[in-house]
Amino acid sequence: MKITTNWLKEHLDTKLNENQIIKKLTDVGLEVEDVYSQPSELDNFIIAQILKAEKHPDADRLKVCDVDIGSDNPVKVVCGAPNAKEGLLTIYAPPGAVVPKSQIKLVASKIRGVMSYGMLCSEAELKLSNESNGIIELSSKKYEKKIGENYLPKNSVNVIDISITPNRADCLGVRGIARDLATAGSGTLKKLKTEKLIQKNKQKVSIKIIKEKNQGCNSFGSCLITGVKNTESPDWLKKKIMSLGQKPISAIVDITNYVMIDLNRPLHVYDVDKIDKGILVRNSKKGEKFKALDEKDYNLEDGMCVIADASGVLGLGGIIGGTRSGTELDTKNVLIESAYFNPRSIRKTAKILNIDTDAKFRFERGIDPLSIEQGLQRAAELIKKICGGEISKFDIKKIENIKKSFVKFDIQLFEKMTGFQIDQKEIIKILTNLGFGIKKQKKLLLLTVPTWRPDILQEIDIVEELVRIKGYDQIKMIEPEKVRNKDTLNKTQKLFHFLQRAIASKGYLEAITWSFTDSKVNKLFIENNKEIKIINPISADLNVLRSSIFSNLIININKNLFRGFKDLSIFEIGPTFSGSKPGEQQTIVSGLRTGKLSRQSWVEQGRLVDVFDVKRDVIQSLVEAGYNKDKLYIDDETPNYYHPGKSGRIFLNKSKEKVVAFFGDIHPTILKKLDIKVEALVGFEIFLDNIKQQKKSLKNQKTQYKYSDFQKSERDFAFVLDKNFKAQELIEIIRNVDKELIKSVKVFDVYEGENIDNSKKSIALNVTIQSLEKTLNEEDLNKINQLIISTVESKTDAKIRS
Amino acid sequence: MSDIKKIKDEFLLKLKENLDSNQVNQIKTDLFGKNGVISSKFKQLGKVAEQERKKFASDLNSVKDELQNLITSKINDIETKEINQKLEKEKIDITLPERPFVQGKIHPVSQVIDEISSIFSEIGFSVKEGPDIENEYNNFTALNTPDNHPARDMHDTFYLDEKKELLLRTHTSPVQIRTMLNDKPPFKIIAPGRTYRSDSDQTHTPMFHQVEGLHIDKDINMGHLKGCLNYFIKEFFEVDKIKMRFRPSHFPFTEPSAEVDIGYEIKDGKIVIGEGDKWLEILGCGMVHPNVLKNVKVNPDKFQGYAFGIGIDRLAMLKYGINDLRAFFDCDYRWLNHFGFDPIDVPTNYRGLSR
Repeated sequence: MKITTNWLKEHLDTKLNENQIIKKLTDVGLEVEDVYSQPSELDNFIIAQILKAEKHPDADRLKVCDVDIGSDNPVKVVCGAPNAKEGLLTIYAPPGAVVPKSQIKLVASKIRGVMSYGMLCSEAELKLSNESNGIIELSSKKYEKKIGENYLPKNSVNVIDISITPNRADCLGVRGIARDLATAGSGTLKKLKTEKLIQKNKQKVSIKIIKEKNQGCNSFGSCLITGVKNTESPDWLKKKIMSLGQKPISAIVDITNYVMIDLNRPLHVYDVDKIDKGILVRNSKKGEKFKALDEKDYNLEDGMCVIADASGVLGLGGIIGGTRSGTELDTKNVLIESAYFNPRSIRKTAKILNIDTDAKFRFERGIDPLSIEQGLQRAAELIKKICGGEISKFDIKKIENIKKSFVKFDIQLFEKMTGFQIDQKEIIKILTNLGFGIKKQKKLLLLTVPTWRPDILQEIDIVEELVRIKGYDQIKMIEPEKVRNKDTLNKTQKLFHFLQRAIASKGYLEAITWSFTDSKVNKLFIENNKEIKIINPISADLNVLRSSIFSNLIININKNLFRGFKDLSIFEIGPTFSGSKPGEQQTIVSGLRTGKLSRQSWVEQGRLVDVFDVKRDVIQSLVEAGYNKDKLYIDDETPNYYHPGKSGRIFLNKSKEKVVAFFGDIHPTILKKLDIKVEALVGFEIFLDNIKQQKKSLKNQKTQYKYSDFQKSERDFAFVLDKNFKAQELIEIIRNVDKELIKSVKVFDVYEGENIDNSKKSIALNVTIQSLEKTLNEEDLNKINQLIISTVESKTDAKIRS
Repeated sequence: MSDIKKIKDEFLLKLKENLDSNQVNQIKTDLFGKNGVISSKFKQLGKVAEQERKKFASDLNSVKDELQNLITSKINDIETKEINQKLEKEKIDITLPERPFVQGKIHPVSQVIDEISSIFSEIGFSVKEGPDIENEYNNFTALNTPDNHPARDMHDTFYLDEKKELLLRTHTSPVQIRTMLNDKPPFKIIAPGRTYRSDSDQTHTPMFHQVEGLHIDKDINMGHLKGCLNYFIKEFFEVDKIKMRFRPSHFPFTEPSAEVDIGYEIKDGKIVIGEGDKWLEILGCGMVHPNVLKNVKVNPDKFQGYAFGIGIDRLAMLKYGINDLRAFFDCDYRWLNHFGFDPIDVPTNYRGLSR
């Protein structure tokens, strides 16, 4: 909502200056978003005519125009607007002018090789409207003789742009804002001046509101004015309209806009001679069509509130009028409509048709139903004054009566909510000034809510009114107590934070990527999951919720490769989605590594990252998070986006309840499909929700501390066994030979090739043996050696390598 | 006697020469070995006449000591020299780079979430979470935002079904609803997380982060709200003084509602929080609307309290001088490295939130 102080002062008697007013507005909840001086910016904008428009030699979409700006010689302007054509009257901005929208200062410059002096402007560029398709087209009748003059009168009034919250429909008019300021002690609200109108005749156009289900209009007021002469608005009105950055059109249109801004009372004016018989306010039928004032054709659905006549739809009630009955400069007889439309109905229709207008914006928030007459009165006064004519009596059709609403207010509630007091006298004063009717009822106040405040429904709304008028600075600060009765984080949250930092500490950079991704990439990682589409994605390449974090990580790895990086480690911790219902999501830590370790180091041989790097990252992180490495169980069943031979999955133990993690090389066909060129790409996924929480806290998990100072011995073994036999199993067999004596089993070599059968491999292990009770002698050691060999050979088809 | 002297002179002369360790050792053997000159002399001791024996022994011992000392010091000198020579040879260019290491980083949003959790932990808030996919009821209706409410226009919502019943949460406020439905008052929670709006320009991204706060008890009023937020902002920005302004505003799920601005100024092109006369909006808050409490079966006559919602990304930008919101989610390795935090740098209360 835009206002100027001058306009505000028509309703408010105040001694405050503009800065004080601006502060007060914000203090009462009418947030001032911007203050700017609109017209002075427009001083340089000149009415001009295109004399010649030729295609730019080097650009299909640009035209080179010769423009008459009222000086001796036409100027050359390069223009991209599709509507730039010979003869068009438009607005020209010379070099040096500042474009209000972009705040860019124009300079004479070459555009694709052709010098351009200044610019031809669109309405959007001048902040006159949102219309940015093409340059302004001025009517030749009006402006032909004004070429070279300033389009807008010189003036330098500040426009105060206020962000009105959806509950404050009443402040979408200058008077409502003045009322709030007056209540907050910034002056007094002036009485509305009304002139006595001479209204001899009845309003002759027949108006009927059809009583039907979901009728969106419950009152329709109208006034017929005959014999008007629609003209350009007088200067005072033009200035007013333009001071808020709107475009003056004609007196009648400007008057309706003026009344809407002044009193928050949207009106509509029909050219009576274009109405076929009378007006019917009814629900639309599917298939009905009309052309609206925004020059667009709308196809209506069933049940939209339309203003119609015998030939069909004239307009959408409370949203937009139609071109068929619109007023023009030669209009003779006009009908002013001042109606009440149901917010819900307005909103529904506007949403389906995707229309936003000033009237719609106001009606959907709730217009004062008692302002119908006031609107007709004010508009009729002004039309009579500017355009002349005979004013009819007001005709107000209603299908239901306006219900007043009441709130019982217990004064105690104010202190209970805000922590401070105001006395009853002041409460009554504030509420009276806001327009409430007040009756005392013992300890309660029985309040009649002003009709312009549809947002006020219950006691708490009254608390808000009082505290915002009184000022939020009155609320006393109560220091918080430093007491903690509950844990801040639960076990899952602790694990989340722990793994996040554990992974990062392995050299990964944490990324945060969208929860949505490109369905094409997602398909590569979706496995058997459902694809979850977003109905209204922000762009075609972010159209599904991600099934795996890999999709986005891999896209971003690729971007970084393009930036010239080769060795990357990134990870993300966050959700992936398996269904479209709340809760059908998992928390996953997922990482990718590419390239080499120790690339180009003088001291260390560089090598490609491989599956055992990510295996270490995962296992070390799990161990750091408190899980026993010796219990982890690994097999090789993995999703098909991993290299089938170089990937694995991890369980917390042999019972294989839930997969805790996958790790491995990313499948080469994925790299091919995504056209990713890397020397190596390995990754992992840890499923947080599958990691069973330990029952005992870490401090209670520690076993009794036992150690041995007796001499320990190391023995090496090499077994030849089947190629497919898993090292994990071999280690376990050996460890189980004697859990007391065998302290550790390490694989120090794996060999396939010469001297060994094609179907076999050799695994060399180092076993550490130590007793808690004594130093083992040669005999003891031999015994355990033999036992290891015989156990392995009997439990597997392995043979000790001699 | 002259025999001993002769030995002494002879070997002193030998030892004066420039010898290597082998040669010195040879001399040592020649003197004190099994059949060494001195050793042999000692063996003769018994044969010396009794009256001369004492003197003989004394002379012999003193020569022995003298030679032995000389040899020891000679050996020491040589060893020192050899070590020094060895060290000299081993000298390297110590300015060559160390073995390569990699440093991981925590994303600023994660770091700031930890900072926020740490601050609210001190005053008794627990962390709650909710799903990213929400139903229309929890995201809007239960929060006193019925489907014809214009406030819905401010949330450009991503929908997952044609009926518009399933959506990506547009704010973290539905966690309030879930928490209150699942538990009994009092409630004292914060809920950080991802939120989504179909909005993308210089200052908006389709996904961003919020932290919700909710404190419901028997007598929690706007004074507590003010105190809590003042405490948080001061702790978060790690400044002693903070200029804070509560402004009336409107959110369907709180009443009275407020927006909170903090004072700032621009110094040397950098934003300084807590000083100056410019205002920056950083959060929205208010007293939980009685309709919301009724929707979650909490009696508004018995319980009341406040809620707030803060944009985490914006806090991170302000605190750490990050200009571009879009870069948060761009995954540029250089940016992550530059603005990321070392994983060891866990925000704690006792040593300050940030270094």
